[in-house]
Amino acid sequence: MPDVQALVNDFLNKLKKRKIEGSQATSRQTAELLRSVISQQRVPYNNQAGALIDAVKAVGEQLIAANPVELAVGNIVRRVLHIIREEDLSLTTAAMAGLNLSAVSDDEDDEERDDLPVLSAAVVAAAARSTLRPPSLQTLLEDMPDSAAIPHTSSSGGDSEGKSKSADKSSRSRKLKHDVIEAVNELIQDITTCHEQIAEQAVEHIHQNEVILTLGSSRTVLEFLCAAKEKKRSFRVFVAEGAPRYQGHLLAKELVARGLQTTLITDSAVFAMISRVNMVIVGAHAVMANGGVIAPVGLNMVALAAQKHAVPFVVLAGSHKLCPLYPHNPEVLLNELRSPSELLDFGEFSDCLDFRSVTGSPLLHVVNPTFDYVPPSLLVCSSLTRCLELRWKENVDGEILEILAQFITSC
Amino acid sequence: MEARRGWRAVPKVRQVGFFTPNEPPPPARTQSGPPDSNSPPLSNSPAGNSLSPVMIPPPRHLSDNLAHRATSPLPVPETSAFRRPIPGGDRVAVVGSYNPTDSMLGASPPLTSPSSRIGDGEFSEESSPGWFRRSNSAKFASSFPGGGFDLTSIKSSETLEVEVKKPVEVPEKSGVAGAELQTESQSSSKPLKAKTTKAERRALQESQRAAKAAAKGEATGKPAISSEGAATSKPVKQQPSRKKDALPAATSVAASDRKGVDRPPEKERKKEVPPPRMQFDDKNRVEKAKKRAVVNQTEARNRVELFRHLPQYERGSQLPDLESKFFLLDPMHPAVYKVGLQYLAGDISGGNARCIAMLQAFQEVIKDYSTPPEKSLTRDLTAKVGSYVSFLIECRPLSMSMGNAIRFLKNRIAKLPLSLSESEAKESLCSDINRFINEKIVLADKVIVRHAASKVRDGDVLLTYGSSCVVEMILLYAHELGKQFRVVIVDSRPKLEGQALLRRLVAKGLNCTYTHINAVSYIMHEVTRVFLGASSVLSNGTVYSRVGTACVAMVAHAFRVPVLICCEAYKFHERVQLDSICSNELGDPDAIAKASGRMDVNYVDNLANKENLQLLNLMYDATPLEYISMIVTDYGMIPPTSVPVIVREYRREHLWI
Repeated sequence: MPDVQALVNDFLNKLKKRKIEGSQATSRQTAELLRSVISQQRVPYNNQAGALIDAVKAVGEQLIAANPVELAVGNIVRRVLHIIREEDLSLTTAAMAGLNLSAVSDDEDDEERDDLPVLSAAVVAAAARSTLRPPSLQTLLEDMPDSAAIPHTSSSGGDSEGKSKSADKSSRSRKLKHDVIEAVNELIQDITTCHEQIAEQAVEHIHQNEVILTLGSSRTVLEFLCAAKEKKRSFRVFVAEGAPRYQGHLLAKELVARGLQTTLITDSAVFAMISRVNMVIVGAHAVMANGGVIAPVGLNMVALAAQKHAVPFVVLAGSHKLCPLYPHNPEVLLNELRSPSELLDFGEFSDCLDFRSVTGSPLLHVVNPTFDYVPPSLLVCSSLTRCLELRWKENVDGEILEILAQFITSC
Repeated sequence: MEARRGWRAVPKVRQVGFFTPNEPPPPARTQSGPPDSNSPPLSNSPAGNSLSPVMIPPPRHLSDNLAHRATSPLPVPETSAFRRPIPGGDRVAVVGSYNPTDSMLGASPPLTSPSSRIGDGEFSEESSPGWFRRSNSAKFASSFPGGGFDLTSIKSSETLEVEVKKPVEVPEKSGVAGAELQTESQSSSKPLKAKTTKAERRALQESQRAAKAAAKGEATGKPAISSEGAATSKPVKQQPSRKKDALPAATSVAASDRKGVDRPPEKERKKEVPPPRMQFDDKNRVEKAKKRAVVNQTEARNRVELFRHLPQYERGSQLPDLESKFFLLDPMHPAVYKVGLQYLAGDISGGNARCIAMLQAFQEVIKDYSTPPEKSLTRDLTAKVGSYVSFLIECRPLSMSMGNAIRFLKNRIAKLPLSLSESEAKESLCSDINRFINEKIVLADKVIVRHAASKVRDGDVLLTYGSSCVVEMILLYAHELGKQFRVVIVDSRPKLEGQALLRRLVAKGLNCTYTHINAVSYIMHEVTRVFLGASSVLSNGTVYSRVGTACVAMVAHAFRVPVLICCEAYKFHERVQLDSICSNELGDPDAIAKASGRMDVNYVDNLANKENLQLLNLMYDATPLEYISMIVTDYGMIPPTSVPVIVREYRREHLWI
């Protein structure tokens, strides 16, 4: 446990100091950290799932607080919680199926119906609760603290078939942890390979002689474009440099190294050039529950220009960027202001930036935000965004909306 | 009789009275022109003045004609009838070739035919007959409804002109009126007395002007007249200026003469429409231009495919090269040379600064100018200015405002009364230039600042992009007025002009926020007004300005923040532009690769020579009309849809200066 705590603290520090760049790296590391938390977590005899969830939640809250803007952390924590619940549910149902000889069914609902004649209603409800899967709003309201309900479950279950169940539990506890870790490993795998999975679709969306505009740099976009290039598509790319970090230069360099016809433009020339562009492909920071996108700064402008010229605006985002939160005032609340030194030389204007000046407020403010919020209205009209994204989701793990709904209810 | 219908169609009755029939024409118009100096001015018309051949009546005429209007209203339809009597008055049937004109006039009796020509001749008595005649025939052409008819008439009148002008002009070049010239001029001067036609002509002219104004909107719409006009006017406009710097003055003048002659006279009118620019993807033209060029430009290796039609040169090599040539370049005036170098080095930027610098250089040129023997001041000076202009274009493409200023100057030169001595002429030109700078730029700015400052309220947050000198003046003025407001300066690479503005504003104690263009949608929430400068405002309401302006205006529009464009009226232009690609200017591509002050950004530095990497440094973009709430100009605050009105009115007024 102490070593886990050290790991957690280390990661927290990194998050706070913004040492980790990019959602993908963040989410992968978060998942790895949570995996080690789970594996180190000692599970009690009863209610192992609850214990795991508590542990993950405790760590997760710290992580989220460390960098509230990095939504990927929260997403991964939720995903892990979701995994634990899923695994516990499947174990419970399996156990119940074992107890209940009358029916073996895959489906949860069927099974519950089948259970009814055998087990008392209370037991079923408790079992359902013990899976920690909130089946309905009513059960959610009925008992909010999961931990309070669980002892009741085991005790109530105890009088009827206590013996056999407790014998079963020792294996179950080990099994649960094992399954959860397996599932988290899958998640990590998913995150690490998300670029390839997205890039697989590149050929379907890029045709010969296409003109593509992108802003800043995103690994997903890079892989996407390169995948299309590898498939012998020839197209040209306009890269807006993405001030003030100029990641676009980096992207341009990579693209040139891979033999793509690349033109580097300033951000201000986006509007001028977009009339000659067939498609805008950009990366995102996070995709919110309302369909809005938190993206690197400048993309709102690009999206507006794309809308004006009816150019499809495609956002590429891995599943770890899907966030179940609804944005409220995202330009301010989900944003981060970076150092003014990226815009101005300190030497020249430092006296103006000084807060100790006469009036108490400085004469000069420098605003250097990191993210932009692209409202869904801009994306909807360029429907390829959602379409592509949804399709990609289908390939990986089912319906996006369902997943989002699950995330929302499970947290 | 078709013609007569044309006459009848002339709508403007009120201006008919411009010409009092009994006024003694020559002295009144030309201030001082003695009658025998009449013939030379013919030369002005073809090459020199690119402006519309509208008359410039001195103020006196105005009152005159008002009075006249009161006394003798001339109903337009009557004009033809009115004209009839005249033929009796004129006696000269000058050249056979004139006859076509009268067929055009439609008043068939042979007697009438001279009248039209007579009119021309009569005008040629006055200071600048050449263009007058032009306008006349042009007017006829456009006032006729039938296109086919038009064309033939134009052709004929044009041949007419050829015949008349050739003899007149060639000797004129030598500065002495030859014998045959004398006879010519006599022949043309005789009809002088037929004054009554003036009124008609005036009416025609007015109608033509109206027609032209209407036609301008449609630009190339009219297949028969205007498109042809435009098509032929394009070589005309460019060639003279190009040729002049290479060829000896005399031949160039001759060449331009020829040009002037063989185009339909209506071209004169169309001349106001700017010529299409040099397209740099046209190999032949580029080669030719290169041979003539003073500045050695090497073409950039990695030219951006989409912009092959624009000049893309290697930077950095020309400046030392030009500097070394400083003493070798004989024909170039040092003042112009200096300004050219400053353009090239980027020391002077901003529409107004460039325009003023250029005009002042031309002022120097004019001061130092002396007419070479055997040449006339107007033609030679026009040619000289043309060659200087082409040098400046080589240094950096002209902005539209500069184009307007040059048009003004050339027009002034062309319209110099011949009676003026050289020193007087120079004096008047210099004062004209001064007046242009003062009225059109300095005063205009003051007026704009007044107007715009009235739109600033306490508590406002004003956003501006880049560095526009007018906007800066507005901000400072509003600050001086004691208004409490905050300024947001949005900046973008590579020029980072906003930093200079920020420095100046902060020094004056304004409360500023500085950010880059990507963050504009972040900052736009708090902004209440957007003030933007413009390089030019085009007649479809498009604002042609520093690249990025369109982005800022678009975001402001999306956030429902009013966008005010501040632009002097001399920057208005009748051109229409739909996107930022067809005409633009490309800056130094290397500026893209290096981020100033950011040592860590050097990813593409060593890749500059890779052939699949292109660096594109656009200088301007076109902001569509719908993003603009208002244009603040020296004529007041107008919606962007009213730009054509200003363009039209301005041009008229411009001529009256």
